[in-house]
Order: sequence, then structure tokens, then C-alpha cells
Amino acid sequence: MAKVKTALIVATMAVAVVGCQKKRPETLPPGPGGPVDPGPAPGPGGGGAQPGTAEHFKQNVVSDTINFDFDQYDIDARARQILDSQAQWLMQYPNTRISLEGHADERGTREYNLALGDRRANAAKNYLAARGVSPARITTISYGKERPIALGSDEASWAQNRRAVTIVIN
Amino acid sequence: MKLRILFAATTALFVASPGLAQEQPAAPQPTAPAGESQELPTIDVTDESAQDLTIIIPPMPTQQVVSTPAGSTDALGRQIAQIVTDNLRNSGLFKPLGPTGVRAIPVSEVSAPDFGYWRGATAQALVHGFVRANGDGNLTVGCYLYDVALGTELAREGFIVSPADWRRAAHKCSDTIYTRLTGEGPYFDSRVIYVSETGPKNRRIKRLAIMDQDGANHRFLTNGQSIVLTPRFSPDERRIAYMSYQDDKPSLYVYDLNARTQRLLVTNVSLAFAPRFSPDGRWILFTMSVAGNADVYRIAAGGGTPQRLTTAPGIDTGGSYSPDGSKIVFESDRSGSQQLYVMNADGSNQQRISFGGGRYATPAWSPRGDLIAFTRMGGGFRIGVMNPSGGGEKLLTDAWGDEGPSWSPNGRVLLFSRGAQGPSGKSDIWSVDLTGSTSRRIPTQLDGSDPSWGPLRP
Repeated sequence: MAKVKTALIVATMAVAVVGCQKKRPETLPPGPGGPVDPGPAPGPGGGGAQPGTAEHFKQNVVSDTINFDFDQYDIDARARQILDSQAQWLMQYPNTRISLEGHADERGTREYNLALGDRRANAAKNYLAARGVSPARITTISYGKERPIALGSDEASWAQNRRAVTIVIN
Repeated sequence: MKLRILFAATTALFVASPGLAQEQPAAPQPTAPAGESQELPTIDVTDESAQDLTIIIPPMPTQQVVSTPAGSTDALGRQIAQIVTDNLRNSGLFKPLGPTGVRAIPVSEVSAPDFGYWRGATAQALVHGFVRANGDGNLTVGCYLYDVALGTELAREGFIVSPADWRRAAHKCSDTIYTRLTGEGPYFDSRVIYVSETGPKNRRIKRLAIMDQDGANHRFLTNGQSIVLTPRFSPDERRIAYMSYQDDKPSLYVYDLNARTQRLLVTNVSLAFAPRFSPDGRWILFTMSVAGNADVYRIAAGGGTPQRLTTAPGIDTGGSYSPDGSKIVFESDRSGSQQLYVMNADGSNQQRISFGGGRYATPAWSPRGDLIAFTRMGGGFRIGVMNPSGGGEKLLTDAWGDEGPSWSPNGRVLLFSRGAQGPSGKSDIWSVDLTGSTSRRIPTQLDGSDPSWGPLRP
């Protein structure tokens, strides 16, 4: 009877797989609860926030969020109005920096939506730059469909989730 | 798809596999040599008759009950028979019976089955095996496959494993039976890397996790503080390329399973994603977005300067190498919507291959080279396959949110994510075979997405 025998022992393979890595200083990306909170009583007159802060920004711009059509990234009239108000504030506080978060709704594949969110963030960035905000002050980050703010699977929710959010970082 | 199950009486196949020690088990009793030239029945298994082939799998006996770190050898014999049964059932091609409710056999029958008895049980195929504790602390698991009607041996293999790896012996035995009866390649002894999910839809916690293809031996690799997406195994199964939002910089990392370390692969970029290893493991295809324009690049798996492969002004992503490494299938919205394209590995000769209705995404080239799996969007998200020139399209699933197919090592089964409609944000990992008729949820500890099926283990 023929014998086929390879003498490799498998014990080493048992330890080849690893457990959790817990050493790295990882941080959670900002959840939707943070950036989109309307904040306490954003009065039209500027509220009480300290000038130049993220809170002050939210109180003094039309909105921190612009929205997009399905699978689109062009800046429409409503978005222009919002970004114009943001540009005005940013020109007033030239030492501030912003992060533009691009998001997509769930009706795209994960990877494509990362690219789509990136397109949206960059569209907003380019618009602000054209309004005189130095691109060096703007970073972009795409979350694709990973961080929806509306949880439904319906047109109204999807419309809210297709967005670019401006966050002031000091 | 038609799968032929052949009961040919060639002599038993002995495949030596490095890594998992293998031996032809010393039979407790000599066996009659299998006939070499008999004319034997051929069974065609189609979608409709897929459940027709009955395989009986009694508990695998042990000559001497020995306690091992994995349990006693007689308990292991029953568990291994159960795993073999589960694997064969999950393949959708067989009707396995056992080990519960099947007559237990003595060791003396392992290599000399009581064919008369099993014919009475209307079995067409019969699996026998044994478990033996070796003096050096390892286990030997014997695995035999018989044609009941003819009374012949079809396959015989033995596997030497450490007690910690006892399940692998069951998977190798399953692969022996599966390959012998179908002519297809093996796939049960393989692992899956995926993204484990939990938490509300707007704050999903996503961790890298690894498990055997049947969900056993599950463990987490990252702690969930950063979102991780789209992991992919290297061809040697030692590394995992994936995307992480660590430090709020979404980029690609390579995790070394032996060293338990992760390394940043692409530096100084605002967005890198969609990593895919080349078949030789030397390169990683990925997508990099520069000023909002996403293109497919490749980079040496150890890092280096990315080389750009696509230049279209649209979103080009999701590259996947053909098994010979000569071509790449990817998706692009350059025509106005996501469609599939094939190009040479250097980026030349880009040709669109998908022309059906709706959008096509996440192409994955079969390890056999004959098919490309994809997500098709239009109404719901569905998993389908087409041949590399775009013909022969077939949709395999019909659900609201199926996405991201990953091939089994033998190119016969696909894993994918199935997302739930509505506010739960729930997602599970499912499998479907190429007939589309065998689909099931893969058990995971928490929710799951982005599965990547690893290679057959050595």
C-alpha cells in the first residue's frame, strides 16, 4: 500500500491567526449626531457663540449641509446659497479651517459611494475656493454610505443622506 | 449549470497537500482493490435533481478512546462526521444522512464496509472514517468514500492534524468527497475575512473578523474604533488588505496575520479604497481619488509609488485581476452610469463588457477565469455572473440589497453581503452557488458585510 506522507505539522498554523489589536490610538470618525446637531437655539442674529468657533459658524450660515440629486454632485441653486453664506463666514474668519464630509445614500455600492462622496466634498470645496476661500484651509473626507443621518429606505431619507457637511476645525 | 457526478472506478486519489500532513491511513484490514475497468453508472446532477445523491455518513469510530485537548477521540469522530455532513449538505449537491440516526460502525468496517447493509439503506455513496490519537499528540483522521452499489472504494485519504486543527481534518475529508464526486475543485478547507457589524444604522461599528468558511473559529482582528471596509485576502492567506478610517484618514492597510501588525499601504492621499491582490501576491490594485477623480492604480504589495492604470474623468474603481494576472475587470461610470470594463493589466485596451439594463458594480473575476461576478443595480441589488466578454449573464439572487460577491476557491460558490431594507441597518453574509438554487445565510456572531473568501488552505 502506497503511503503519501508529508511530515509538516500543523501545530504552527494554530497560532497563525491573531486576536484583536488594541494598542493603536484609533478614533471614531465623527458621527452624524455631532456635526448636524442644530445646537442650542441658533438665533438668526448670531446667537451667543464665540465668534470664529464651530458653533458660531453654524449659527451664522444658512446651513452647514448641502444636498445632491441621486448619483449627482453638481452644486444647485440652493446649495450655492448655502455655500455663499459659508464662504462669507470663512472670509471673515481667515484663521479657521474646515473639513468637508461627503456622503451618499444607500442606493449605490459601498466602494462607488466612497468615490461619490468624495466627488461631492470636492465639488463643495471647489465652489468655496472659487468664492475666495483658500483650498489650503479645506480638507475633504468621504464616508460613502457609512454614516446616514436619516435611517429610512425611502426617497425622503435618501435625499437627506446625499450631502456634503462643512465642519469648522480650529 | 449542469454538474456531472461521476462514479468512475479509478483508483483512489491521493493528493499530498503541504502544510496539513497527509497520509494514506493504514487500514485496519486490507481492502479489496478497486476495479479499474468496470463500466459504472454516471449520475447527472442538475438543478432539479440536485438532492438526489444520497450519502450516508456514520459516526467515525476510534480504535481506542483517548482524551485529547480537542475532546475524546470518539466524540471527535461523531463531530467530524457531522461537519462532513453539514458541508456536503450546504453545497446543495447532495443529500447527506448522518451521523445521527445512522448505525455506528466498528473500526473493522472502516475499510471493509458492510455494503449489503448500506444497500438496504438506499445509500448511493458511503463515507467512513476513523479518529486516532497519535503518540506525539497529533490526531490522524482517516477518510474513505465508497460506491455502495458497486461495492468499490472511490477515495481514501488520511490527515494528521494537531488537536486544535481537528476541524480542518473534517473539511479536508469533505473536500476529498466533494472533489471525487463532482470533478470540481475543493473549497471547504478555507477561511473568510469579513467586516463584523453592530450598532445603529447611523453609527455602525465595523470590525475586521476572520472565521472558517462554515463560521467556526471566529475571531476579531480590529477593535472597532475605526470604520474598516472591504478586506481582501492575499493569495497566500497571510495578509489582508483593507480600508480603514484610522486617524480620520481613509486609506489602505495591510494586516499581517502572523506578525499581527498592520501597515499603512498608501500614504499622503485623501482617499484610497477597494484593494485587491494580484494572483501572484506582488501587487495590490486599488482606487485612489485625487481632487474628486477616482481611478484604478496598482502598488507593490510592500508599498511604493502607485502606478495609475485608468485616466477617465469618471469614477473608475473595483478592479479585479484575472487569475493569470494578464487582465483586470473594473467598473466605471464614464458612460454615465456604472458599467463593467476589462483592460490589460497595464491599463491598455479598455473595453466595456456590460450592456444590460441598470448599473453594474463590484466585479470579481472567478479563480477559474471563466466568469465575472458582479452586483447589478436596478430596483434591488442582485448578484450575477457573466463571462469575461460580457455574454451569458445570469442573475443568481433577487433581494433588496445584495452586494459585493467574493468567489470560493473553486469558483463554484459566491459569498456576498445582504443588507436589510429600512432603519435597522442590518447586514448579513450569504452564499449562493452558480446554479442560483442553493443560497443560505452564513452564521456570524454579529452582523456581517464585505466577505472575502480566502484560498484553499495548504
